[in-house]
Amino acid sequence: MINVTARYFAAFRERAGRDAEPLTTDARTAAELYAELARRHGFADSMTRCKVAINDRLAAWDVCLSAGDEVLFFPPVAGG
Amino acid sequence: MSFKINSQAIDPIELKRSLEADSAGACVTFEGWVRDNNDGAAVVALEYEAHAAIAEEEGAKIVREALERFEVSAARCEHRVGKLAIGDCAVWVGVTAVHRGAAFDACRYIIDETKQRVPIWKKEHYAGGESGWVNCATRTDSPARV
Repeated sequence: MINVTARYFAAFRERAGRDAEPLTTDARTAAELYAELARRHGFADSMTRCKVAINDRLAAWDVCLSAGDEVLFFPPVAGG
Repeated sequence: MSFKINSQAIDPIELKRSLEADSAGACVTFEGWVRDNNDGAAVVALEYEAHAAIAEEEGAKIVREALERFEVSAARCEHRVGKLAIGDCAVWVGVTAVHRGAAFDACRYIIDETKQRVPIWKKEHYAGGESGWVNCATRTDSPARV
């Protein structure tokens, strides 16, 4: 188990009802953490349409998490 | 800054002026405006949110890609965040080049990639009082139209 912080944006923030939360998780990757949080908060977007950033850098979903990471979850983008 | 997230009104005249160069024979600009409808629903206002630092980094990468792929001289893009009213300019792209073809292509590349890749989100507010995040399947407390 590691401690990380999850941060939510746009639809995810509103759905979760918070900007961020500290988590203790046995998720090994960003993808596993998204699956866990999608179940908990009811995020309905497929991971393939979302993006993740770790410590303010865009990251791949299969990257391994480290203790203390800040993991940012971005729902499908809609600029323009 | 080649790609900027702007919380104030975009100034297309000033932006275009910043691209002026004696060597340029073409200038192509694109403006995305807030319209009063989407998918048949009456839209009264829009709200854009971004992760500004990552958006500007990814946006700058897109502009660099455009400069590499097309024979253009200069390019820049600005995108609004915050609450916007109908008719407001939400996004501006400008490209200069020696000839028009590359300028059109690069301008289209920048707006298309921006819509796909840059962490910016759009919330529509509808005439009935509801609102919804565009492109998102995740429903919030005030869900979009069904």
